[in-house]
Amino acid sequence: MMTINELSHKLGLKIITEIPKKLERKVTGVYSCDLLSHAMAKINEGDVWITIHTNLNVVAVASLTDCACVLIPENIEIEKQMAERAAEKEVVLLSGAKSAAELCYEIFRLIKD
Amino acid sequence: MASVVVRDYIIPANDFTIAGEASSNVRKILSQLGVAPDIVKRTSIAMYEAEINAVIHGNGGQAHVEIDENKIVITISDQGPGIEDLELAMQEGYSTAPDSIREMGFGAGMGLSNMKKNSDILDIKTAVNEGTTVNITVFFKK
Ligand SMILES: Nc1ncnc2c1ncn2[C@@H]1O[C@H](COP(=O)(O)OP(=O)(O)OP(=O)(O)O)[C@@H](O)[C@H]1O
Ligand SMILES: [Mg+2]
Repeated sequence: MMTINELSHKLGLKIITEIPKKLERKVTGVYSCDLLSHAMAKINEGDVWITIHTNLNVVAVASLTDCACVLIPENIEIEKQMAERAAEKEVVLLSGAKSAAELCYEIFRLIKD
Repeated sequence: MASVVVRDYIIPANDFTIAGEASSNVRKILSQLGVAPDIVKRTSIAMYEAEINAVIHGNGGQAHVEIDENKIVITISDQGPGIEDLELAMQEGYSTAPDSIREMGFGAGMGLSNMKKNSDILDIKTAVNEGTTVNITVFFKK
């Protein structure tokens, strides 16, 4: 079991929205999908959700599904508007250099034991 | 929670800066009322899908929400193009979302089926060129 904070440090992820109390939340799974309605149906509470979308709808889906955080892969640029909305809705937003597949693999390895 | 909570929201067409705000607000109200988290989640997923459909497909519309001690009833209506074949539209994967909408991540064709799965009663009335009204009921206790 690992917190978002620990995970970010272990994997060298950048924390885009600093919400201290939320960074201590436990990560219990990882899910990757870029179709919002599909993600909406499948994300479990406590998941890291990996998506390449950087629009406001992502923040809404993250908030409604109560995932642990949103992780944007491949250093994709995050629009200021999205970061601001994430802060407002208290959705933790992370950014990583690797691909979604690599991030899934690494997160899965870290949290499975 | 004896009294009835009633809320009305305007859902503007194609405005993604506020799309989902009505659902987000209802989610907050339910949490504050102490409704069980899984019920809050189901309700807000069903409502969000209906809200987004009104934004994307329905030229915008309105939401009316009534909450009493046993249930929440959400009515989302629009005066848009309506749905020609509702049975077909309900099938997972069916979508007429244009490319500009798909680029944002919509258009999986799962919205209506998400509504069905997450509500206790789903009632949709639709007529071509008149509009669509989606009625979602979620009970707080089984
Ligand atoms: N309010 C509406 N007005 C007109 N057409 C609608 C409305 N809601 C749904 N539809 C039609 O039904 C189809 C299926 O809707 P559904 O919500 O399941 O998928 P989607 O909105 O296309 O994609 P997704 O919800 O997965 O992002 C839509 O593509 C559209 O053709
Ligand atoms: Mg939809």
